[in-house]
Amino acid sequence: MRDIMEAALRGHNADYIEIRVDDTDATRIIYRGRELEDIGRNRSFGGCVRALVSGGWGFVSFNDLDGLRDKVTLAVSQARLVGHEKSQLAEVPPVVDIVAPGIVNDPRNVPLAAKKRLMDEYNDIICSTPKIQTSNVVYGESDKRVIFANSRGSYIKQERIDVICRLSATARVDGDVQQASFSLGALNDFSFVESLHDQAREAAEKAVAMVSAPTAKGGAYTVILDPILAGVFTHEAFGHLSESDFVYENPQMQELMVLGKQFGGSHLNIVDGASVPGLRGSYRYDDEGTPAQKTYLIQEGVLVGRLHSQETAGKMGERPTGNARAIDYRFPPIVRMTNTYIEPGEATLEDLLEGVDEGIYVKNWYGGTTSMEMFTFSAGEAYMIRNGRVEGLLRPVVLTGNLFTTLANLDAIGNDIEFNQGGGCGKAGQMPLPVSNGSPHIRIRECVVGGR
Amino acid sequence: MTPEELLELARRRCEAAEVFVVESDETPVLFEANRLKALNTRQTTGIALRVIKDGRIGFASTTAMNEAAELLNMALDVAPFGAEARFEMPTQNGLTSVDLYDPATEALPTEDMIELGQSMIDAVRHHTPELQCEGSVRKATQTVRVLNSSGNDASYSRTTFSLSLEGTLVRGTDMLFVGDSDASCQPITDASRIVETTVRQLELAKDFAQPTSGQLPVIFSPRGAAGAIVGPLTIAFSGRTVWQGASPVGNRLGQETYDRRFSFWDDPTVPWRLGSRPIDGEGVPSRCLPLVENGVVANFLYDLQTAGLAAAKSTGSGGRALASPPTISSSCLVFSGGDASLDDMVAEVKNGLLVEQLMGAGQGNVLGGDFAGNVLLGYRIENGKVTGRVKDTMVAGNVHEALKEVAAFGNELRWVGGSLHVPPIYFARLSVSSKG
Ligand SMILES: [Zn+2]
Repeated sequence: MRDIMEAALRGHNADYIEIRVDDTDATRIIYRGRELEDIGRNRSFGGCVRALVSGGWGFVSFNDLDGLRDKVTLAVSQARLVGHEKSQLAEVPPVVDIVAPGIVNDPRNVPLAAKKRLMDEYNDIICSTPKIQTSNVVYGESDKRVIFANSRGSYIKQERIDVICRLSATARVDGDVQQASFSLGALNDFSFVESLHDQAREAAEKAVAMVSAPTAKGGAYTVILDPILAGVFTHEAFGHLSESDFVYENPQMQELMVLGKQFGGSHLNIVDGASVPGLRGSYRYDDEGTPAQKTYLIQEGVLVGRLHSQETAGKMGERPTGNARAIDYRFPPIVRMTNTYIEPGEATLEDLLEGVDEGIYVKNWYGGTTSMEMFTFSAGEAYMIRNGRVEGLLRPVVLTGNLFTTLANLDAIGNDIEFNQGGGCGKAGQMPLPVSNGSPHIRIRECVVGGR
Repeated sequence: MTPEELLELARRRCEAAEVFVVESDETPVLFEANRLKALNTRQTTGIALRVIKDGRIGFASTTAMNEAAELLNMALDVAPFGAEARFEMPTQNGLTSVDLYDPATEALPTEDMIELGQSMIDAVRHHTPELQCEGSVRKATQTVRVLNSSGNDASYSRTTFSLSLEGTLVRGTDMLFVGDSDASCQPITDASRIVETTVRQLELAKDFAQPTSGQLPVIFSPRGAAGAIVGPLTIAFSGRTVWQGASPVGNRLGQETYDRRFSFWDDPTVPWRLGSRPIDGEGVPSRCLPLVENGVVANFLYDLQTAGLAAAKSTGSGGRALASPPTISSSCLVFSGGDASLDDMVAEVKNGLLVEQLMGAGQGNVLGGDFAGNVLLGYRIENGKVTGRVKDTMVAGNVHEALKEVAAFGNELRWVGGSLHVPPIYFARLSVSSKG
């Protein structure tokens, strides 16, 4: 393959060219209610060529690798039609490397019958809980092998195995329907899938309890987020804004996101890094062949870094951070997060609760999205806080806020940390990209909670 | 290996088999920072096999076409663990005639697409020069073929053309997002509707209004309504949700459930629309199906397997993506309109909101019909007039509750995303929360 790719790359008149070929084997098991809905296997094989000429990009993707050189020629000619300025791409030294996945517990060695038996057990726990109307139990596994070569002489082979499991319970009493779920995941490790009986039970019991729980009154509250939801908050509320493709060609955004700007209190440190090992967002090289790093985005409350591709780094005169990622061969790499987290502070949960006369404790996640300035994300569970104590269960709530005021209102950070590995990030049609996010418990003053 | 050969091979080892083949060719022209940035070409080919072996369903797909023979082994691997098949493959019963393929779309030169996109961006920036625009002009051709062991073999091609604009205006820490999109199977040669919508958004959002809270009147534009109500409605009218007993309207068939002026249909036969199709993903011919007629729940959507489980008939709603077996999906959702103009509705509101886009509306308890989102683009209405943009505001409600009594449906329906035909909708009371 190396010979074919290198031959196809040679002798074109372009500022930069890369070829990526990926081959993925996936297996999934899906239950809805008592009925198994789908069990299937997929193979996804394809490649793409991306070329840069005078600042313009051409991109060609295909399933058939025949005539690879012609595909490179097409991408170069497209780029030439677009480009009318100077190409600015950060210099990254060429790398030749073959990266074996650091497999902990290989899901490929677990027979399909055993995987199905586990899902059967979890589904049965959910479905046999009284007042549970239906369930959704999903197991997914994908083994992805990527080969990358570029015109600077890089040739990199990488492999990763993503494992995800989602357990969701739906309770119904009269016309009222409530759902509770857990989304979990791991990189190169099947182990967590084997012991989710407690989570299945908890999801079912939560869903039932929510049906008779009151709805929070909408308004601004002091909220305390558990590590999982705080991780989602970090990703949605701040992470996306640190992706410099929103900034690098927009002078107004550059002014807004100028390094050195104060975003939060001196207790606030936010990091993104694929080089943090063993998490869903971990890898050795990104999809432009840049080595993975760990990047401080906020240090002591001050904006100190941002996430880059080679183009955004080149244009902004900053160092590439290894954050250019593509979900598969059908897409060019764009700036994405990897493992994004708030570093732990000093406070215990009791410290966070102290002095909160009326607030909401929110746990677990259901979803989230952002418009950069404003974000919304939904909690899987919510509890009223009164006089510093966590009290009764509420219906799940949606939280929303403005990034610039909310980070400043983040007034206390816990001393624990946990990572949410069950989510996937979506951007520019590329979804779900494996990422993780994490945080300690955090407290935010004046956060808007939607209600009725 | 040809699809016919794969089908024949599978038929010999299984009770029934179905092969699904999809081929597409897409050319996106992408604009960033107000100028042309990239030209893409995306060719996709894939093949999927669904078998029934010993009464159970096995499924596999691949995009490695030269290894299609391996598909049968993959499908047979999983079939012993698969769901019990509750259907038979449909026999040859023809295609409903729908206009979906226009050679003019395929023939459109890339240069024309570049010019269209650039002129759209230039026109909007002529109004607001500081606006930073991203845009795309895309054309695509897709061919789908479904053949099965009952002798059904049907295929069709669809061209699509789409145009979109997203403008961002950053002032201090304030970000304003405006824009619109349009899609059809035929070429769109005129960007003026997108330009006009975007310019009107910029005008209405010029000033800020005081935020407001409470149980207030909320008017949704067609795009706003599509974002808030379509997700929960689609889930509620899926035969799968109904069969599981999880649909809030599952036991309401034939009963008056919504406002009498409210009707909506699943219509795969609307010409030149992206959601239209002559057959569904299982080869069942398409037909227009009323879901709600004058407030009465009329039908639910079924694919073959769910219909078998629920003792119903397939409504031709087996939607399909390459990598998964058919699942229930709507085609074009067409909503009834009313007689009020948007201006009439606004004039009636003393204190409320006009919402063009809710962010994150689909992340609450969608199954139960809830929607709750942050107003990404919306305006305050005071004494019958739009007085400016609102921010940091959430709108929440329940679709099934809200549609019981609607203040008015608008007469200016429009297509959203190429497959939803939606009017402006005016709800008398929804929950509005903000810091104000
Ligand atoms: Zn994201």
